[in-house]
Amino acid sequence: MEDKLILNGHEFTSRFILGSGKYSLELIKAAVENAGAQIITLALRRAQGGETENILDYIPKNVTLLPNTSGARNADEAVRIARLAREMGCGDFVKIEAIRDTKYLLPDNYETLKATETLAKEGFVVMPYMYPDLNFARDLQNAGAACIMPLGSPIGSNKGLCTKEFIKILIDEIDLPIIVDAGIGRPSQACEAMEMGAAAVMANTAIATAGDVPAMAHAFKRAIEAGRAAYLAGMGSVVETGARASSPLTGFLHD
Amino acid sequence: MITLNGKQESENFATVTELLEKRGYRREIIVVEINGIIIKKEDYDTTAIKDGDTIEIVHFMGGGSVAFR
Repeated sequence: MEDKLILNGHEFTSRFILGSGKYSLELIKAAVENAGAQIITLALRRAQGGETENILDYIPKNVTLLPNTSGARNADEAVRIARLAREMGCGDFVKIEAIRDTKYLLPDNYETLKATETLAKEGFVVMPYMYPDLNFARDLQNAGAACIMPLGSPIGSNKGLCTKEFIKILIDEIDLPIIVDAGIGRPSQACEAMEMGAAAVMANTAIATAGDVPAMAHAFKRAIEAGRAAYLAGMGSVVETGARASSPLTGFLHD
Repeated sequence: MITLNGKQESENFATVTELLEKRGYRREIIVVEINGIIIKKEDYDTTAIKDGDTIEIVHFMGGGSVAFR
């Protein structure tokens, strides 16, 4: 059976969600292709008029767009942005970002929950960005979230899986895809998240600020695939003290 | 006087379509909201713009909270 990421019945074979910030428009297409990504996040902003090109012109048509509600400080603003984004006619997906802390850009779990409740009822595929907390994740699940998107570390920090133990708890206890979002800075960190059993990884800054953007997109793709394959294979056991020989301890030449 | 994307505008526009054309918006990649209500694309020709309206015209761009205002 093919291994798929399923979000409210929508199936994906790629487990790499790519953010679209900080790229030139020419690089975004190469990044998407090299990432093998089937889901791309986008932001909604005021349009000045007179623009000749738009990011939509550069994203392959078979890619699912995941508008985020960045800029929203509370549930009402997030809901408003989500509705505007859906009117664009690019599907029902929305990544909820409700953030009022401008220093660390940490998500406001309470406002995120309120927005999730409203938008799930309106038929959105709701993907909430959240601070990893088990009780809150259960609330999001009850509210109709399609997945849970816990942060690894602050947005754009490239610090990796600072919240590892708490993400593990979500993976163990929540019966929804757990997609690690934010702070993943290296392919090895993305791989580690997938080895733990994360359903997918989202990354942006790590790729957009790399020396060679398409090459880094490809490195992440391979790391995520490797981590997923390792998770499905089942990890070998760890020996806490001492060692375990990998060949029989008999038949040595000195015996 | 209308408020367009947060700025006061003295120019008058009869309809949403006229506003989009005069300001060079590509209608297929934008969404229009007037006084908090989303205007359907098929209603652009018939939706009048009135004095005092607050209009938002938005589009997609790259980013997320990395582009936080």
